[in-house]
Amino acid sequence: MVDSLNLVFSFLYQFGDAFAFLVLSACGLAVIFGMMGVINLAHGEFIMCGAYVSTRAAHAGVPMPLAILLGAACAGIAGMIVELLVIRRLYQRPLDTIVATWGISMIVTQGMLILLGPSMQGVGTPFGSFVVGGYSYSVYRIILMLSAVATLAVLWLMFTRTRFGLLSRATIQVPHVAEALGVNTNLVYSVTFGLGAALAGLAGGLYAPTMTLVPTMGASFMVEAFVTVVVGGADIFLGTAPAALILAVIKAGLTSWQGQLAGQIGLLIAVIIVIRILPRGISGKILRERG
Amino acid sequence: MPDTPLLQVTGLNGGYGGKPVLQGVDFHVNEGEIVAIIGRNGVGKSTLMKTLIGLLPNQRGTVHLRGQQIDNLSAHRRARLGIGYVPQGRDVFPRMTVLENLLVGQSISGRKIDGMLEQVHGHFPILQERASQRAGTLSGGQQQQLAIGRVLMGGPSMVLLDEPSEGIQPNIVQGIARIMVDLNARTGLGVVFVEQNLDMIRAMAQRCYVMDKGRITASLTRADLDDQDRLRSYLSV
Ligand SMILES: Nc1ncnc2c1ncn2[C@@H]1O[C@H](COP(=O)(O)OP(=O)(O)O)[C@@H](O)[C@H]1O
Ligand SMILES: [Mg+2]
Repeated sequence: MVDSLNLVFSFLYQFGDAFAFLVLSACGLAVIFGMMGVINLAHGEFIMCGAYVSTRAAHAGVPMPLAILLGAACAGIAGMIVELLVIRRLYQRPLDTIVATWGISMIVTQGMLILLGPSMQGVGTPFGSFVVGGYSYSVYRIILMLSAVATLAVLWLMFTRTRFGLLSRATIQVPHVAEALGVNTNLVYSVTFGLGAALAGLAGGLYAPTMTLVPTMGASFMVEAFVTVVVGGADIFLGTAPAALILAVIKAGLTSWQGQLAGQIGLLIAVIIVIRILPRGISGKILRERG
Repeated sequence: MPDTPLLQVTGLNGGYGGKPVLQGVDFHVNEGEIVAIIGRNGVGKSTLMKTLIGLLPNQRGTVHLRGQQIDNLSAHRRARLGIGYVPQGRDVFPRMTVLENLLVGQSISGRKIDGMLEQVHGHFPILQERASQRAGTLSGGQQQQLAIGRVLMGGPSMVLLDEPSEGIQPNIVQGIARIMVDLNARTGLGVVFVEQNLDMIRAMAQRCYVMDKGRITASLTRADLDDQDRLRSYLSV
C-alpha cells in the first residue's frame, strides 16, 4: 500500500517535471508561431540569453527570482530588436523567416563561443531535496512545475483580460481589418515577438540552475519545444497546454519504465502519429470543429 | 473654413501590385453628407474604399480629410483620425465574441467613449442579446450590424461602408439605412457607401457618384436618384 503510494508519487513527480519542461520550452515558440505564423529557429538562443543573463545577475548578487525575470526581460528586448531588424521584413515569407532565424541562431551561438568561451560557471540548484519512500526529490523541480502552471495562468489572463490580448487576438484573426480599425498591427507583432522571446528567456532563467551553461544549451530545449508546438498546433491554450499534458504522460511513463532515451523516442513517435492524423495539431482540430 | 470638404479625393490611382484599377478618381464629400458610390461589379469600388482607408497604397493623386492630407499615412493612423471602415463581406473577428468585436472598434478613438456601448446596443439590440456569442456564428445580417456597430464604438466622424446590403434580408437593410440616416441627422456623421441595392441607395443617399472602369463618370443629385430607370442603367450591364 505504502509502496504503491510511493510509486504514484514518483510517477506524478516525473509527470510534473516533464510537463513543466514541455510547457516552459514551448510557450515562447507557440506564441510566436500561433500569433505570427513565424517558425523561430532562434528560439533556443533566446533561452540561452535568459540563462546567461540570469546567471550573471545571480553571480552579481541579484536575488534568484529577480535575476530570472531580468533574464526574461533581456531576451524579450533582444526579441523586439530582432523583430524590428529582420522578421518585420519577412512577413508573408515563412520559408525566409526559417532561414533567417536559423542564421541568427548560428551567429549567436558562435559569437557567444568567441566572446564568453565554451562554458560559464553556473549557480547550483537551490533548495536541496526531500525524501519520499526512500527516494529523494529536488525541491527546485517542484518550483519549476509551479512556475509552468503560473506562466500558463498569466498568459491566459494576458490574452483574455487585457487590451493587448484583445488587440492581438483581433490582429491574428483578420490583420487588415484590425489595422483599418486603428490597431497599430506592427506594434502588436513587435510586442508579440518580444513576448515569445521573453518566455524563452524565462525558460532559460528557470532551468539555468539545473544545467551546464554552454552557448549551444538552447538546442537541448528544441526537441521538446517543437514536438509540443507541432502536436498542439497554433493555439497556446487549446493546443500547447493539452499537448504538454499528453506528451508529459507519454514521456514520464516511458522514462520511468525504460529510461530517458525511451522517453525521448516516445515523444518523437507521438509527434509522427499526430502529424498523420491531426496535421494542424490538437487546436487546429478543435477550432475547425467549432467552425 | 466652412467650405473645406470632409473628404476630398483628387486624381487617385491605385490597384494591386502591378495591376492598376483606379485611373484618376475625383470626388468629394461635404460635412454631414451621405454620398453613394454606385457602379457595376469589378469597376473598382472596393479598391477605392481600401485605398481611401490605406489598406492599398495610392500610386498617384491625393486624399484629404478636412483639409489634412492623409494618403501618406498608414491605415491605422487614418482610422485614428476618425474614419470607420466597414469592409465588403463584413470581416468580423470570427473567433471573438460579439462584445469583444465591439471593443476592438474603440481603437478608432484610442479610448473608451462613455455611453457608446449603450448607444450601439440601442441601435442594434441583437448585439446586446448575443454579446457573448462568437461572431463567426452570427447570420450575415447580424454580422453586418456588428461590423457597423464596431466602427461606431470609436465615435468616427465619417464611415466608409462597402456594400452593406449584400446578402442581407430587406428588413435588416431598411433598419441599417434608418440608423445611418438618423445618426447623420443627429450627429452630422459623414457617410460614403458603395451600393448596388436601389432601395438602400434611395433610402440613404443625398448625392451619388457613378463609377466605371476605375473612374467617376457621373455625379447625381437627390432628384436624379428618383429616376429609377436611369439608376438601373448605371448598375446593369
Ligand atoms: N486582391 C486582388 N488582387 C488583384 N486584383 C483584384 C483583387 N481584388 C480585386 N481585384 C480586381 O480589381 C478590379 C476591381 O475590383 P473591385 O474593386 O473589387 O470591384 P467592385 O468592388 O467594384 O466590384 C477587378 O478587376 C478585380 O478583379
Ligand atoms: Mg466590391
